[in-house]
Amino acid sequence: MAGGQERILRGRIRSVQATKKITRAMELIAASRIVKAQQRVVAAVPYSEQITEVVKDLAAAGGASQSPLLNGRGEVKTTAYVVIAADRGLCGGYNAGVQRAAEGEVKADVLAGKDYQLVTVGRKAEGYFKFRGYKMAASFGGFSGAPSYAQAREIGQEVVKRFLEGEFDRVELVYTRFISAGSQEVVLRPLVPLDRETVAGGDGKTSAETGAADYEFEPDPTTILDTLLPRYVEARIYAALLNAAASEHAFRQRAMKSATDNAEELIKNLSRVMNRARQDSITTEIMEIVSGSEALSGGKAERQLQLVDLGPIE
Amino acid sequence: MATMQVEVVSPEKVLFSGEAKQVITRTLDGEIAFLPGHAPFLGALSECHTRITLADDSVLDVAVHGGFVQVSGSTVSILSDIAELGDEIDRDRALRAKDAAEELLRKEHDAEAESALARAHARLNATGGLAGTSQGAH
Repeated sequence: MAGGQERILRGRIRSVQATKKITRAMELIAASRIVKAQQRVVAAVPYSEQITEVVKDLAAAGGASQSPLLNGRGEVKTTAYVVIAADRGLCGGYNAGVQRAAEGEVKADVLAGKDYQLVTVGRKAEGYFKFRGYKMAASFGGFSGAPSYAQAREIGQEVVKRFLEGEFDRVELVYTRFISAGSQEVVLRPLVPLDRETVAGGDGKTSAETGAADYEFEPDPTTILDTLLPRYVEARIYAALLNAAASEHAFRQRAMKSATDNAEELIKNLSRVMNRARQDSITTEIMEIVSGSEALSGGKAERQLQLVDLGPIE
Repeated sequence: MATMQVEVVSPEKVLFSGEAKQVITRTLDGEIAFLPGHAPFLGALSECHTRITLADDSVLDVAVHGGFVQVSGSTVSILSDIAELGDEIDRDRALRAKDAAEELLRKEHDAEAESALARAHARLNATGGLAGTSQGAH
């Protein structure tokens, strides 16, 4: 019956409306979190700038650290990828982008006959790589939306420990860099060994000729450098985590905005179909009444032909 | 009296930035004080109570749990993973942590308890010393 179809459509519209409310709420929440996450990215800049400066000064002043964190190893056999993605879905292509980039690197390594290890951050990345049977050294999760420095330190300690034990020869960060609320990009950045070029501000700078050599050190430069390098790695990871968190919110906001728009479109189309169905059922009903009364009057007409004028039905 | 620019920076935010007359902190080798015009200096810090004498002679207490200090030109920067301003510290909690750590150390020698004790000491010192409590083994 036509009325039944109308009821089904009404139910569908109601459910789309409920979904729209949810996606709208998620959109607004994500939008407000972008701002907060952005502020945290900015707040972390002074520390990472200063620690970079200290590393530069130390390296320039002849901090002759033998740490492989700085010097690297001659032959790179195993590369570890720290893949930073989200804990939750519903954020468009955010997770997929990071995972694809990491997977591409891993496949390239395998083709080149090298070994790899994955360190995943975020439950989505963990699930993705575990399901596909990739080699995973460690995984972290549960804080992708609002990472704290303590978590960055946990990851940093794990990575540095495994690197120093010789499990990795090189570590790369794969994450989504936050450029602005409108644009983010997946980037691959070397983490360990620390790039001497960027750290020391150009290689071949000998200690004696630079102003940095005037520094007094307490304790000696090598000891400071050795304690500093893990901190530097942590600061880099922290910056990456913050960028990833801001990007995640931006992606989610965009995804939820288009979901809301789609829901609106769907509601519009469904109500159009529903209105037509309702109109159809009303027309059918009128037709039934008219034909019914016609049949009745038709029956009477034979006897009372000259007496009755029924007039218009409506 | 001349002043210098002092910054206390943790990874998550800049805790303090302003003019100061003197900074006292402790490197791995021992206590050190910086006055304006100090020679360029780089040091690794131990768990300590850092005192910053501000331009108006008031003292800002900071509990610094490891980190680095850099002096260049007329700027002193303290970089620390974890640093807390004295007035943001929960003194009762620090006292409890100190007692718990001392209790643990009495039974066995444990590196973790030792660093917990050092942290508690730094916090307590930054909130007005260990008044009323024994100084404890360091």
